[in-house]
Amino acid sequence: MGVRIFVNDEPRQVAEATSVATLLVELGLNPRHVAVERNRELVPRQQHQNCLLVAEDRLEFVTLVGGG
Amino acid sequence: MATDQIAEQKLTIGTHTFDSRLIVGTGKYANYEVMQESLAASGTDCITVAVRRERLIDSQGNNLLDAIDVSRYTLLPNTAGCFSAEDAVRVARLGREILAGLENPGADWVKLEVLADQKTLLPDPVATLDATRQLVADGFQVLCYTTDDPVVARQLKEAGATSVMPAGSPIGSGQGILNPNNIRICLEYLKEGDPDYPVIVDAGVGTASDVTLAMELGVDGVLLNTGIAHAGNPVQMGHAMRHALEAGRLAYLAGRIPKRLYATASSPEEGTIAGKPR
Repeated sequence: MGVRIFVNDEPRQVAEATSVATLLVELGLNPRHVAVERNRELVPRQQHQNCLLVAEDRLEFVTLVGGG
Repeated sequence: MATDQIAEQKLTIGTHTFDSRLIVGTGKYANYEVMQESLAASGTDCITVAVRRERLIDSQGNNLLDAIDVSRYTLLPNTAGCFSAEDAVRVARLGREILAGLENPGADWVKLEVLADQKTLLPDPVATLDATRQLVADGFQVLCYTTDDPVVARQLKEAGATSVMPAGSPIGSGQGILNPNNIRICLEYLKEGDPDYPVIVDAGVGTASDVTLAMELGVDGVLLNTGIAHAGNPVQMGHAMRHALEAGRLAYLAGRIPKRLYATASSPEEGTIAGKPR
């Protein structure tokens, strides 16, 4: 059935043991342009593959935008 | 000769060295094309960027990173929009993660903004100081956005800031340098026994003369965004800012004459055929 997680505050169902790397692909995001936080802790790029999501995880997917 | 002099005077901030003393923001342009042309016109080597949530609905939308040549510019990620030291530290780490992935030299530094108030966008000095200490301990070169308060400026330097960046006036206000005397005192305190310590005027620039004034005071560079991005013709204003910076820098190096209350004649006072007034 999968588990509920939150991506940028939006609830989302993912399969159990989905990795951060897999979720990035599912969302169609370019991993090179994105940084990921899980429960307010940075998930370094090298760990995206091994970081498996569990129920109620809160993820932040951020990128760079124009700013001063 | 003048041009050579400028070329020799590179801007050094921590481990970063640039030909241009302008740092230009990438926000608020009408579109990416205008942004690219304006950045090129300004002559900058270093551009600021912000860290924001990925828009998951519109993943087809253009990403800023598709519009920026990351091999040409050093990116300076900011923590704009943060109202606590904790959030600013999180955002700084996220920015570093993206820049490291891009292999951009800007991965080791951050423009720290910890704001206190949404209306004025004035910084929270206590939280800025706290975040500076945490980020320095985490290996960042920290460039601190702050007010023109010389006491806070000195504390930020003591906390390990690589550069202190006093605001000329509130962000995006275009009011220019409201208190040149405070900027002067900031310069005196920050450069005392450490003349190469970089001091950048960050925020408030409305037009070219504001940049010139800042540089004439002796600051090392100017960081601006809205003054170009929201100008009637941003590309033309980019050129204007570049020239204004060179004019101000050269005038500072040349050394201005002191201001006097009364006139001093430029032409010889002897040998005139005219009679003098009483």
